[in-house]
Amino acid sequence: MCSTTSFVIDTVIKLLVILLVFSALAGFTTYIERKVLAFMQRRLGPMNVGPYGVLQVLADGIKLFAKEDIVPQNSVKPIFKIAPIIAAASAFTAMAAIPFLPEFTIFGHTVQPIVADINVGILYVLGVMAVGMYAPLLSGMASSNKWSLLGAARTVIQFLSFEVVTGLSLIAPLMMVGSLSLIDINDYQAGGIGNWLIWSQPVAFILFLMSGYAETNRTPFDLLEHEAEIVSGYATEYSGMRWGLFFIGEYANMFTVAFLASIVFLGGYNPLGPIPGGIMILLKVSFFIFLFLWVRAAWPHIRPDQLMWLFWKVLMPIAVINILITGLLMM
Amino acid sequence: MDLTNYNNRDISKDYKYVKVEPIPHTPWEKFKRVVKRTFSCELFVGLWIVFREMVKFNIHTVKYPEEKLPISPRYRAIHELLRLMESGNERCIGCGLCEKICIAKCIRMDTKIDENSRKAVTEYTINFGRCIFCGYCAEVCPELAIVHGPEYENASEQRAHFALKEDMLTPIDVFKAGKQKEFPGFGALGKYADEVVKKTPLAY
Repeated sequence: MCSTTSFVIDTVIKLLVILLVFSALAGFTTYIERKVLAFMQRRLGPMNVGPYGVLQVLADGIKLFAKEDIVPQNSVKPIFKIAPIIAAASAFTAMAAIPFLPEFTIFGHTVQPIVADINVGILYVLGVMAVGMYAPLLSGMASSNKWSLLGAARTVIQFLSFEVVTGLSLIAPLMMVGSLSLIDINDYQAGGIGNWLIWSQPVAFILFLMSGYAETNRTPFDLLEHEAEIVSGYATEYSGMRWGLFFIGEYANMFTVAFLASIVFLGGYNPLGPIPGGIMILLKVSFFIFLFLWVRAAWPHIRPDQLMWLFWKVLMPIAVINILITGLLMM
Repeated sequence: MDLTNYNNRDISKDYKYVKVEPIPHTPWEKFKRVVKRTFSCELFVGLWIVFREMVKFNIHTVKYPEEKLPISPRYRAIHELLRLMESGNERCIGCGLCEKICIAKCIRMDTKIDENSRKAVTEYTINFGRCIFCGYCAEVCPELAIVHGPEYENASEQRAHFALKEDMLTPIDVFKAGKQKEFPGFGALGKYADEVVKKTPLAY
């Protein structure tokens, strides 16, 4: 009984911490994104709210909360209202199986910073993130708006295209590790840079990164809410905090992909020499987040037909060949 | 001045032709192009360029309300009525040419004969809701009295602001401080006017 109670309290605290930390980080990442993009384009970015515009996040939050909540007249109202909740909920639920930091002790109490160490961890994360596809799909179809509908259609082609590549690209490293738990994958790479899976699976790493960009709707593959073509895609009719939930979901997904890429391919939270593991994984995740912003500043986005060509005709065959070669080498 | 350089409009000898690669038609050619583009690392050149700009930190932002870019002296913004250099009297003689030439019909003036039996301007207003800032009034004015100023921030609480004679006329204290600026735009005398303009025959 006592252990059950402590388990429940433990889990609830972890859930709250994850929810709060990543909601705050999502907001702060928008600030970082605006700053980095601005610097790369020789601008200054937000400067007026607080020192160097740090409080811009707060101003944006107040604006989002204070905005009028508009539900369009001809929309399918229950679905229209549920869709943004799906976006945020699926993004946060996916984080349940991710070990964010190595084990640490606080007040004489050993904490495993993972909500549920299930033995199908990575499968669970990918599955729940794929559920997030329903948010753009439902919101776009319920909005009674042509741009939203086009955005929803693009969502479906994009998500169907990249899901295949995500799964196939992860199969090869999982074959080498022999476990789906992210903690096992992390422990497999213990003992220095040489043991990182990126050296034995470089192709899978690049494939996973590309499909991660498609999964989080980031630039080169941000075609489902590209302003110049379809206004704001599925989110055109949303305002205020409903739109904010989509936004938080997108940034939470960015963090999930960054954590997945660091744990599966870059050695996760294993300590490197004198640097402790907690710092290592934060460094890696920060690098991936920076890469998201960097790529957005540098590269143009592609057309839907180019995206499908890329994922179905190029990346999927490469992923299959990668699995084949991995299997042959393991035999 | 020799005008040959200006009359020769054919600049085709300076054209730089962009090298266009032949469009691939067969699947093999298309495949070759994909492979070439993939492995020539063009994407990384883009990444490198934006990263270099970030590190150089050569920011081009003008923080507008605090900093302003200088505008051209010939810029046509809100009008100004100037004063005579010597006496400080209004330059406007009430001839009504500006009112006549205004194609937006936005200038309105009232005149009277004052006690010295000179023509005096009592009212002078410009409807800035209709003014198109063409500059004809400044160009036609024989006395350089109505000119365009550099004031382009004309957001206001009322549409009548800026538009009355008191708003446009140079305040007398500004004039006495010698801060009235001549307008170098349409109708104004050029920089070398003294050398170029001949005296009228009466002066001989």
